[in-house]
Parts: sequence; C-alpha cells; structure tokens
Amino acid sequence: MVDVLVIGGGNAALCAALMAREAGASVLVVEASPREWRGGNSQHTRNLRCMHDAPQDVLIDAYPEEEYWQDLLKVTGGITDEHLARLTIRASSTCRDWMRRHGVHFQPPLSGALHVARTNAFFMGGGKALVNAYFRSAEKLGVQVRYDTPVVSVELDGDRFVAVRTTKGERIEAKSCVLAAGGFESNREWLREAWGQNERGEWPSDNFLIRGTRFNEGMLLKHMIDAGADSIGDPTQAHMVAIDARAPLYDGGICTRIDCVSLGVVVNREGQRFYDEGEDFWPKCYAIWGRLVAQQPGQIGYSIIDQKAIGRFMPPVFPGTTANTLAELARKLGLPEQAFVKTVEDYNAACRPGSFDHTALDDCATSGLAPAKTHWARPINTAPFYGYTLKPGVTFTYLGLKVNDRAAVHFGGRPSPNLFVAGEMMAGNVLGKGYTAGVGMAIGTAFGRIAGTQAAAAARKVEHATA
Amino acid sequence: MQQLEALTREASALAGGGYPVIPILSANEAEVGRQMQICNACRYCEGFCAVFPAMTRRLEFGKADIHYLANLCHSCGACLHACQYAPPHEFAVNVPQAMARVRIDTYAEYAWPGALGSLYKRNGLTLVLATALALVLFLVLTMAARGTLFPGPLAGNFYAIFPHNMLALMFGVVFGFAVLALGIGVARFWREVSPASETGRSQEPSLRRDATVEVVTDVLRLKYLDGGHGEGCNNADDRFTLWRRRFHHFTFYGFMLCFAATSVATLYHYLLDLHAPYPLTSLPVILGTSGGIGLVIGPVGLLWLNLRRDPAHGDLAQRPMDRGFIALLLLISLTGLALLVWRDTGAMALLLAIHLGVVMALFLTLPYGKFAHGIFRSAALLKNAIEKRQPNRLQLGSE
Ligand SMILES: Cc1cc2nc3c(=O)[nH]c(=O)nc-3n(C[C@H](O)[C@H](O)[C@H](O)COP(=O)(O)OP(=O)(O)OC[C@H]3O[C@@H](n4cnc5c(N)ncnc54)[C@H](O)[C@@H]3O)c2cc1C
Ligand code: SF4
Ligand code: SF4
Repeated sequence: MVDVLVIGGGNAALCAALMAREAGASVLVVEASPREWRGGNSQHTRNLRCMHDAPQDVLIDAYPEEEYWQDLLKVTGGITDEHLARLTIRASSTCRDWMRRHGVHFQPPLSGALHVARTNAFFMGGGKALVNAYFRSAEKLGVQVRYDTPVVSVELDGDRFVAVRTTKGERIEAKSCVLAAGGFESNREWLREAWGQNERGEWPSDNFLIRGTRFNEGMLLKHMIDAGADSIGDPTQAHMVAIDARAPLYDGGICTRIDCVSLGVVVNREGQRFYDEGEDFWPKCYAIWGRLVAQQPGQIGYSIIDQKAIGRFMPPVFPGTTANTLAELARKLGLPEQAFVKTVEDYNAACRPGSFDHTALDDCATSGLAPAKTHWARPINTAPFYGYTLKPGVTFTYLGLKVNDRAAVHFGGRPSPNLFVAGEMMAGNVLGKGYTAGVGMAIGTAFGRIAGTQAAAAARKVEHATA
Repeated sequence: MQQLEALTREASALAGGGYPVIPILSANEAEVGRQMQICNACRYCEGFCAVFPAMTRRLEFGKADIHYLANLCHSCGACLHACQYAPPHEFAVNVPQAMARVRIDTYAEYAWPGALGSLYKRNGLTLVLATALALVLFLVLTMAARGTLFPGPLAGNFYAIFPHNMLALMFGVVFGFAVLALGIGVARFWREVSPASETGRSQEPSLRRDATVEVVTDVLRLKYLDGGHGEGCNNADDRFTLWRRRFHHFTFYGFMLCFAATSVATLYHYLLDLHAPYPLTSLPVILGTSGGIGLVIGPVGLLWLNLRRDPAHGDLAQRPMDRGFIALLLLISLTGLALLVWRDTGAMALLLAIHLGVVMALFLTLPYGKFAHGIFRSAALLKNAIEKRQPNRLQLGSE
C-alpha cells in the first residue's frame, strides 16, 4: 500500500506529490486524463502572483503582503478567509526557489507583460511547461503516475480516509490522501443546475464555453459534499471571461480572449449597449465581462471597433467580421440593423473630445449616454469596422471543500486526520468571488505543498499506530 | 489549373488597380501563418527564442514574414512541448514542424541556379549520387595518373598522385561555385525578407555594428539552442538537453579547424614553399587532426540524437537530408584521419582518392543541402538583430 495517494494531475496535485515524496513518503498520482491531456487547467496558466518586499529575480519593485491582501479583499468583496489568504500570500513569496529546483523556469519580463512584472512571475513556456517539469521531477524522484484513471468515490471510516474507487471499479488504498481534482466547470449538467433557467426561459449555461480542461467534472467534489464534507462557496460563482464565440467548447485557453472591448462598444443581440466598456483597464475588468454577457439574451455579445483601434490591442486568434459601413456590419453579424446603427450613432454623438491614451485612464468619455463609457470613448466612424462575437467562457468554479491551514478536509467542523485537499477544490476558501491574475496558481501551490507535507506526516502516523 | 489562372488574373487585376499584389501563400506557408496567428494571441513561448518576439512585432503574416520566421526557428522543440494547443488539441499547433516545412521550401525557392533548387526535394538521392560520382572521378583519376590504385609506399606524398595545382584548381572551382550559389541564394532571401525601406532606416553605423556583433556571437554560441534558460533544447521528449548544442559545436568548430588546416597548408605551399607531407607536429596537421576529431564526435553525436528525436519535431520527410549530410561530414573526417594514419603505406593512394571524393561531394552539394540552414539562419538572425533595434509600430495596450 502506498503512503500518499494524490488525486489529480494539475499544479496542486503535483506540488502535493513532490512535497510528500520529499518528506519520504511513497506517492501515487492518479490523473483522470490520458497523458497527452494531463495537467488540467494548470496547463493553460501563465503566471503566479507573488508577494515580494524588494525586486527579486523576475519581479520588479515590491509587492508587499498588505497590498496583495488589499487587492484580494477588493476583488472578493470580503468573501475570503483572512488567515488562509495571508498564508497563501506569504507562501507565494518563498515558493519560487522550490519551483525552480523542480525544473520550472520563470521568464524575464518581455514585451507585452512589463506592467504586470511587478505583481506576477511568468512561467517560461506557460503552464504546460511547468506541468511537464513537475511530472519529470516527480518521476525522477520515484513518484508513480497513472493516467486515464478518474476517481469517483472515496471510502471513509468516519472522518478518516481509507481508499478510493475509480470509474473502472478499482479500489486503491493508501495511508493518506490529497484531493486535487479541480473544480466542476466541465460538468455541463452541474453548471445547468447551478445557473438554472432565466426569465426568458433560457438555460444560460448551455451557451457557456469552458476555457480549460474537459476533465474537471467535479465528480469527486460532489461525492465529498454528499458524503458530509463541509463545503464553502456558491455554485454559480466562477471566474468567467467574455471570449470569442468561435472558441472550442473546451481548452480554448488564453488565446480566445478578445481584448478590444475597452477600445469600442459592446452590444447585445438586440443591438443595445449594456455596460461601461471603459470602466477600467482591460486586464482589471476582463473577468466581469463573462457574467455580463451571460446575463444578455442568448448569452451573446458583440464587441465593435473601427480601424483606429487596430494595432492597439492583443491580436485576436480568429479574424473579426469586417465591413465598410455600420449597416453592413450589422447584417453580417446578424444584428438588427436600425437598432445597431442607432446605438453606435448615439454613442458617437455622445463622445466628448479628449486626449485619447489607451495606456492611461484618459479623459475621453461620453456625456449624457446610458450606460456611459467613461474612458477611451472615441467615435466609431472610420472604416473598416470590425465585429467580434462574444460568449461567456468559464475559467474555473469556486464551490469547494472547507479547509483549515493544514489543508485538512472537514466533516461537521472537524478536520480529517488523513484527508487533505488543494487547488481549485478548495480555492473558494480564499477566493469567494472575483479574481485577480495569478491567484489560482498561488493558492494551488501554497495548499498543494501544505497538503503534501501533511499527508506524508499523516501516513507516518498511521505507520506508527500500526507498528 | 483553372483556379491557378483565375488567381493569376486576380493578382494582375489587383496590381493593375494600384493595389500591391498579395503573394499567394503555399499550403506550408499558410499553415505557418495560421499557427503564428494562434501564437500571437497566446505568446506563452516568448522566452524560448527569437521567433516569438519577432512575431509580436506583426499582426499579419505575409510570405516574407513567414520565410523570415521559418529561418529564425532553430527547431529546438521547446515550444512544441510547452504548447497547450499541440495535437491532439484541435488547433494542432506544432511550430517546429510547420517552420521546417517552410524552411526547405525557402532553400529550394531561393536556390541558384533556380533549376537546381529541386535537388532539396530529393536530397538523400542527390547526396548519394554526388558522392558516388566524385568518388568514381577520383578513383579513375588515380588510376589514370599512376596506372594503379596501389602504387606502393609513397611516403605520404599526395602530390605524387595528384599534382597540387590540379587539386587546387578543381576544388577552387567547385568551392567557388558553392560560395557563389549560396551567396546568391541568401541574397535573394535577404532581399525578400528585408525590403530596402526597412533596413534602410537602420543604416546608422553604430546600430549596424551592434547588430552584426550580436549576430556573430549568437551564431558562434548557437544561442538559440540554449532553450532560453540555459538548459538546452528538447530532443527525445520534454526533457531539455545541452547535447544538441554541444554536438553542433563539435561539428561546426571541427569543420572550421579542418578548413583552417587546408588554408594554412595552402599558404605554406604558395608563400613559404613548404610542401606536403607535413610532419605530425606541424600546424596544418595539428589543426586538421583536431578538426577531424571534432568532426567525428559532432556528427556521431548528432546522428545519435537524430535517431532518438521525437518524431513530432520537424519534418520527417527531411530526415534523409539531415542524416545524409551528417553521414557525409562523418565520412570526411573518418577518411581524413585514416589517410593520416596510413599515409606512409601502399593504401595511401586509395585512401586519398576516397577522401578527396567525399570532400568533393560535400563541396558539390553545399548549396543544395542541409549546409544551407546555417547560412539562411544567420541571415534571419541578422534581420532580427536589425529589426529589434527599430521601434515597434504596434501599441498593444493591455495584457
Ligand atoms: C485559460 C486559463 C488560464 C489561466 N491562467 C491562470 C494564470 O495565469 N495564473 C493563475 O494563477 N491561474 C490561472 N488560471 C487558473 C488556474 O488554472 C487554476 O487556478 C489552477 O490551475 C488550479 O489547479 P488545480 O491543480 O487545482 O486544478 P487543475 O490544474 O485543473 O487540475 C485538476 C486535475 O484533476 C484531474 N481530475 C479531475 N477530476 C478527476 C477525477 N475524478 N479523478 C482523477 N483526476 C481528476 C484533471 O484531469 C486535472 O489534471 C487559468 C485557468 C484557465 C482555464
Ligand atoms: S507554441 Fe503554443 S503555447 Fe507557445 S506561443 Fe504558440 S500557441 Fe502559445
Ligand atoms: S522550435 Fe524552438 S526555435 Fe523554433 S520556434 Fe519553437 S522555441 Fe523557437
């Protein structure tokens, strides 16, 4: 029997496996996906939000604990556990050397990413390179890995972990266990149940695209909640971005985002605007647009720009729909022509002259328009016009299992002695809602490492007890 | 055919209408364009090599951009293993493979004389034929000169078989042609990827000097096989290895030492009136021997790595070209070293004929084989070094 069983094959699972192995435990990792799809959502990530008090290798200036905490407080609106959040923040300042030892490379700040080089450390090659490095290191250290092995249930003895059962009916015993099997964002039924039916009779989640892996079905999460584990968070809370409607249903990853929203206007299926596109810098508010679009009829939106915007935003992966007149664009996008043209003309008329600067919160705003556009408002009047169709893209869900600072799973408020949880499966403890770039990996790394260490210690205790 | 005519008509109509003619992309080029569009929206691989930063200076990828980027790629494999969109993902991004397919097309397209460009397509065969022909040539010449391939010990006196001037003339002509052909090819490439309007702006001497120094050091260090993080590139799998870089260095510097040996010997011959055979401790022999050893280690290593290479890297159809070139280099060093060992025996004439035959084969195929990659890549690196020093026209605000 192996000491520590780790369920999942993403960042949190691998951090746990490596730490448990380093603590001397024998470790088995079971991953639902085949080898070529391993790494869950972690393979799509790009960076890690890191606290630091002075410039450090790839990070410039300082990003002290207090500022990090305030940022987290702001995005979550207070739905966060301060103790666990601060623990995550502090861990983010010391984990990079350990990551490097396991083969992760960080990238010196390059062209487009300079302004985030203060808060975030970027993985060279992205999350898949990180996952590859962790798997290589794990295998070198003698961690066993089994792919194509989804786990459906956990056998418990009270609050004590005994074994798991796989979809094939196999039973795997271990002295302790770490659950790191991600959220439930790719479980379409569960999303449907969580989002329900709206006043128009639509099932909004049917139109959602999943930005990450198809393997995070939340089977284990559901099983644990049914088995009496304490949960935290709201099933409709998820990180949602407005992405290109042509993105694949799963694994569209980073490249399907549409970055021109703040340079133009966004209309719904009826050709009406519905939110201030210039509220803040795109990276700061891109995460609200998924929900905004999800609330529109048909869960669809259209980002409209003109020639002036070209070359000022990250190039989109799919070409936009182009037209030489607004009316033609409406026809091509299937929007009601009159309503659309009127919306854009009203907007154009409301744009007050200012000095446009898309790198600052400039003074180009509309006046007397509802909803207003408060920055970067310039008339859309220079052909060709471009339109991009948007759909909500789910990044990950927030409903998870309640933990303490030892990453232990709780039953009726009591921590399990040998069952631990890390990553998306417990991220809701820190991130009750909202999001700020790089926090997902920070939580997974901090709690993955804690869970691995605790699981190794718990396995040793079992050994002593039986010896 | 009809389609082609329609396209031609359309193109000339566009040209007549005062529009710039948009060169029509080949399937391989279009595939690179498609993948670059995805990479440009993703950019996770920015740290690995020069391709990605160069890509970010563009929003669209025309023919010239594609040729330039393809030759900038060192086929290190890092971006394939790191790619979240690699097969089986439906985006099927495999940058090293797409780039390799375009690269060989560029060699063929810019080759001079144009008709010989097609030799790239069947390079394995070309190499075999060139080697066989050159070997036969020298064997026949030996027989003609001495009446026999085994004239008995000649105390290492090569010129007893081939008069020095005859060798100098033969190799001079072939080598001169190779240099000319490669030079014209790469000049054509350069003209296309660097329109005068672009490079013109950077003609400030200090910039040009900086760019040149950078390129020379990058080429000599083989910078882009370091993986961007000093741990090397990929070969068999997602593990990094410095051996590809090291074996390239053995090969390159081994080749250069052999070249230096020949050059020094030529100077000895004409300037100092010192004639071969040179003693073992002489400069030409020391240079040649150490170069020969490098040229054994390097190609053997590269061949070993090539046999273990992840089949997803690069273009499998080009393996005969890669391996043929490696084998030829290995043959040169092995026959050269054998000649050194047995130069005082009766086998010398035969060994000399074989050695000269393979050297001649290398010279003949230089402009139409794998050797071209070094030249084209250096040109692409030069373009990159110049371009990097120019302001970026794009102002991508967010992200
Ligand atoms: C496109 C995208 C970009 C992102 N970018 C960033 C970023 O730059 N920075 C950041 O911090 N966060 C980012 N995130 C969020 C980040 O991906 C997650 O917070 C983090 O990866 C969670 O790690 P994890 O190990 O908990 O889950 P995952 O990495 O999703 O791993 C879960 C694993 O569990 C496996 N699994 C699922 N169910 C089972 C089962 N029943 N049995 C066995 N195995 C199972 C899955 O196959 C998977 O391997 C991004 C997410 C997406 C989708
Ligand atoms: S190779 Fe893949 S991961 Fe790298 S930049 Fe291109 S799309 Fe992104
Ligand atoms: S294979 Fe290597 S050199 Fe080529 S583009 Fe990818 S990372 Fe760059």
